[in-house]
Amino acid sequence: MNRATLDLWVGVFVTLGIAAILFLSLKVGNLLTVSHDPGYRLVAEFDNIGGLKLRAPVKAAGVVVGRVEAVQLDPKTYQAVVTMRIDRGYEFSKDTIASILTSGLLGEVYIGLDSGGDTKMLANGDRIAKTQSAIVLEKLISQFMFDRAANGGGGGAATAAPLPAGAAPSGARGGK
Amino acid sequence: MRPDAVTWTLRRVGRATLGSVERLGFAARFSVAVLVHTPAALRRLSLTLREIYFSGVLSLVIILVSGLFVGMVLALQGYDVLTRYGANESLGVLVALSLVRELGPVVAGLLFASRAGSAITAEIGLMKTTEQLSAMEMMAVDPLARVVAPRFVGGIVSMPLLAALFSMLGIFGAYLVGVKLIGIDAGSFWGNMQSAVDFRYDIVNGIIKSVVFGVAVSLIAVFEGYNARPTAEGVSTATTRTVVASSLSILALDFVLTVFMFRGMVG
Amino acid sequence: MSDTLPAGSDAGNAGPAVVLKDVSFGYERRRTILSGIDMSVPRGKVVAIMGGSGCGKTTILRLIGGQLRPQRGQVLVDGCDVASLDREGLFAMRRKIGMLFQFGALFTDMSVFENIAFPLREHTGLPDELIRDLVLMKLNAVGLRGAAGLNPSELSGGMARRVALARAIALDPMLVMYDEPFAGLDPISLGIVGQLIRRLNDALGITSVVVTHDIYESLKIVDYIYFVSEGRIISQGTPAEVRASSEAFVRQFVDGAADGPVPFHYPARPLAKDFARAA
Repeated sequence: MNRATLDLWVGVFVTLGIAAILFLSLKVGNLLTVSHDPGYRLVAEFDNIGGLKLRAPVKAAGVVVGRVEAVQLDPKTYQAVVTMRIDRGYEFSKDTIASILTSGLLGEVYIGLDSGGDTKMLANGDRIAKTQSAIVLEKLISQFMFDRAANGGGGGAATAAPLPAGAAPSGARGGK
Repeated sequence: MRPDAVTWTLRRVGRATLGSVERLGFAARFSVAVLVHTPAALRRLSLTLREIYFSGVLSLVIILVSGLFVGMVLALQGYDVLTRYGANESLGVLVALSLVRELGPVVAGLLFASRAGSAITAEIGLMKTTEQLSAMEMMAVDPLARVVAPRFVGGIVSMPLLAALFSMLGIFGAYLVGVKLIGIDAGSFWGNMQSAVDFRYDIVNGIIKSVVFGVAVSLIAVFEGYNARPTAEGVSTATTRTVVASSLSILALDFVLTVFMFRGMVG
Repeated sequence: MSDTLPAGSDAGNAGPAVVLKDVSFGYERRRTILSGIDMSVPRGKVVAIMGGSGCGKTTILRLIGGQLRPQRGQVLVDGCDVASLDREGLFAMRRKIGMLFQFGALFTDMSVFENIAFPLREHTGLPDELIRDLVLMKLNAVGLRGAAGLNPSELSGGMARRVALARAIALDPMLVMYDEPFAGLDPISLGIVGQLIRRLNDALGITSVVVTHDIYESLKIVDYIYFVSEGRIISQGTPAEVRASSEAFVRQFVDGAADGPVPFHYPARPLAKDFARAA
């Protein structure tokens, strides 16, 4: 094998390989638009985070502005403490509401930020005061059943009759 | 007769244990020796370039073709499942994440082990069998520096590049099938992919995996070649061992790395 | 004598090139390959070590080259104890030694030219033109200047051996060791290689150690012969003495008899015992 030919092939190979890494980084991993700066951190406490996972997106008006960095349980309040990393360039007012939402019925769980009217902005490490926890489907259903049972099922359909019997104990526990 | 049989069995167990411990220690010492000679390989770049040619360039075709087909099949199968949940725009996400995190490094690693790893073992083993390594030693040239280290470095350089090419071709194959053939909207294919794939978390971890696999396969390949029995049969056994051992260690390492890298995903 | 630096003892040392003093070697405790070998290779001579297959001849070469270390005794190369050398010292010593391996051991991934250039490139900082001239000179010495561009796979066995010989003398060594240089060669190639060993030895003023079992070729070219059997030197002498020798082992070797001190049969139980059941 001629030395020059060999060098050429290795050059082609290495260039292709680096191009592939760049392709994966830029086109697939979206390196340019998202994560080339560290951004800043916000903390929020929730009663229940539902199915929120690490690295879940943080969205404002449907636009991804950051990701969930850590989820911990506060041992005193038994609340979930969620740390989010927000991309630099996005700022939110002090009275922003953070809520845990689900895209569609079965889609991914994310945190939605709704900015308020305050003129002061949240800075690195700040705590979001107002939060709205995840809606847990089971709780919703049992609450619905409990309400139906409490209303006496007066106008209820025929199918409602057997249901209160099963729903009542859980409703009793939840309503203490 | 009975106690004799017991002693005999115990002795066998003891010998087997000692043998494997000895082999392990030997492998560790060999690895250290190879690492010590690695800077020498980098100083003599032309030798390493040659090995990048043999392990990288010559593996290109099989890697590119396999990547393309794996991506296309992934798209077909993924689409079939995703449409059941009405989530066929997520095809790009599914394909990209599977390839970048797992299939790219692992499948490229397995192909690399059987294409380049076995070739490295066979080459070094043959050099040993034909006394070329001894000849080098007698010429006061250390075979570890001249023969082994360049192949080791060449493998480590080639592997991540091959894995990235595999993933890229796979995504391209999925694009062909998903967008061109099935007719998913190209915008949502790329858009969903971009919003779901994270550079540091997915891409960098994938590259780290491929580097680790490259080190493992190259080290196993040069070890088996250098320590092959100097007969035709010994070289063929060593070649087989390279493929088996490096495939198994890729799969085992992949599991361990995945546990550490993507721990947050579980639970 | 071990404190003599290899560099200092390069020239003007009148002692023998290689001395083995009471050398014993075995791979494991139990299996002894060599025991109590005493041997001396004078400068400028061609010395043959002869013996049957697997008698430890090649081990002697490996001991001289420092690839193995003796369990007992001393190996002196150019007056310097091989076992006392560290890695650097060993490599420095090996630059003074050329070795021709059994089947040449040419590097299969290089051309003939590159094979011979290899030791020069590794150990000298000579410019490319000078290396080219040196390589062609060495190739010319073995009559293969025209084959410089070939690959080792294109060479016949005899040619490969000659190329390996050119490579062994590339660095103008003090000592050249030959491991079975005649194995597997046709009579013409065999004669050529034999003549080359003698001619190069005399022309370049080197010392040669030839390990072989080819008695006829050896008797033609060597100055002194050691016979090794079962790890011991059992006989020695000049070719004339060997031809005239009446020792049983030497006679068996020279005459090529099937049975003698080296038995035809592998040790076994008495014949009658093995076949007793048939009766």
